[in-house]
Amino acid sequence: MPQLVCQNLTLGYDGQILVNNLNFQVNAGDYLCIVGENGAGKSTLMRTLLGLRPPIAGEIVVGDGLRRGEIGYLPQQTDVQRDFPASVREIVRSGCQGRAGAFYSRADRQRAEDAMARMDIAPLARRCYRELSGGQQQRVLLARALCAAQKLLLLDEPTAGLDPHATAEFYALIESLNRSGVTILMVSHDVSAAVRYASHILHIGAALFFGTKADYLASAAGRRWLGAEGGAAR
Amino acid sequence: MTWMETLQYYFSYPFVRYALLVGVLIALCSSLLGVTLVLKRFSFIGDGLSHVAFGALAVAAVIGLTNEMLFVLPATVLCAVLLLRTGQNARVRGDAAIAMLSVGALAVGYLLMNLFSTSTNLSGDVCSTLFGSTAILTLTRTEVWLCVVLSVVVLAVFALFYNKIFAVTFDENFARAVGTRVDACNLLIAVVIAVIIVLAMKLVGSLLISALVIFPALSAMRVFKSFRAVTICAAICSVCCAALGILVSILGGTPVGSTIVAIDIAAFLGFALAGRLGGQPG
Repeated sequence: MPQLVCQNLTLGYDGQILVNNLNFQVNAGDYLCIVGENGAGKSTLMRTLLGLRPPIAGEIVVGDGLRRGEIGYLPQQTDVQRDFPASVREIVRSGCQGRAGAFYSRADRQRAEDAMARMDIAPLARRCYRELSGGQQQRVLLARALCAAQKLLLLDEPTAGLDPHATAEFYALIESLNRSGVTILMVSHDVSAAVRYASHILHIGAALFFGTKADYLASAAGRRWLGAEGGAAR
Repeated sequence: MTWMETLQYYFSYPFVRYALLVGVLIALCSSLLGVTLVLKRFSFIGDGLSHVAFGALAVAAVIGLTNEMLFVLPATVLCAVLLLRTGQNARVRGDAAIAMLSVGALAVGYLLMNLFSTSTNLSGDVCSTLFGSTAILTLTRTEVWLCVVLSVVVLAVFALFYNKIFAVTFDENFARAVGTRVDACNLLIAVVIAVIIVLAMKLVGSLLISALVIFPALSAMRVFKSFRAVTICAAICSVCCAALGILVSILGGTPVGSTIVAIDIAAFLGFALAGRLGGQPG
């Protein structure tokens, strides 16, 4: 039983359909990259997966021990966060929010400490979030996502705004999380990284594609997309 | 008389003690949500809502309500809800909506007072509603109790929802994704801020309320680096400034509201300097 199955999904908003008849499934331990042109519906798909917006048609089925709402989310940074006075620990703990009542239990606190240790940011626990580097901030937000869910992470353009070194470090971190059994869903612009790290690719656009990386590289959509990327790089 | 004796003399009157108690409580409550409002880019909501409260007060006076609170409080709460709700994706964006509502309510309120007022001292009335003047010294026992009860409720709500308020302020999208009821939380913030503003009108008047809401938060943000420390520091700073302001205004015979705000400004400059010296960037 896959962790996540999307059946005949139609996505869009304000009566405008962006994606029609989308089918894909994610198994435990998969590393799925969602690529596509701007405005193709990547963010809408993500918001639908998170349950923030209902699909126009079709359904999303979760299984394999995954419950609805158990998706760890790494959103893009907002303006507000750039000058937010909050310690790393406060932010990581807020990942437990979904389960917690008014206050965090001892288990929640421990979970936050574990997540920080896993992301190698335990020494930064008392530091102020806005004083950290971009890469460190992403680690904090990842730790927060791990507090919310352990099995599946959904990352939204996680390397936007990171320098090349921090980007490489971040991909390595995600890879190690994936190897430890965490399912990764990543929305990305960075197709070359997507084909390098992902096990599966979902391409949203004029032509839909879902399949393994090898199939994608051989497909028309993949060749055109990667060709365009190569052209831009030259 | 030395200043100590003067103070002792004044504090033998219950209304002075009431004023200090109410002033401190209002300052405490208003500073708590200040951090959230500043960070959500809603610094001006206090200003906008207080002008709405001014307009509502004028309407209440015109239709001859004996207990204005019954009208002013619901009207302000309603506007707060509308403002925070339209915050994200309305046709009129947050700041424009607040500006519109703020000056609109002020103009209409003054217009109504001018057209229908039976008072002989209209400009005095308007001035005291806008700047607080001596209203704080004329509190009745009931009003003091009302204020104490509402303050306790505000503090309790804040303590209970502290973690949710933090999560929603820091990252609404994430909070929504993990199942926090973000809209309910925003609604709660709106209602609480409206209650605080209606209470605070007595203390500093409608023009200066924003200062009570944002100055302590901004001061604390200069120096402290965690949400909890900023919140606690803002509360302490606000209480101290309010108490000091009330004492100074008693001794010096200055208007209460503007004295408190002046001290808030001085505190902000002090914190900003301390932040600079402590190596805080920006």
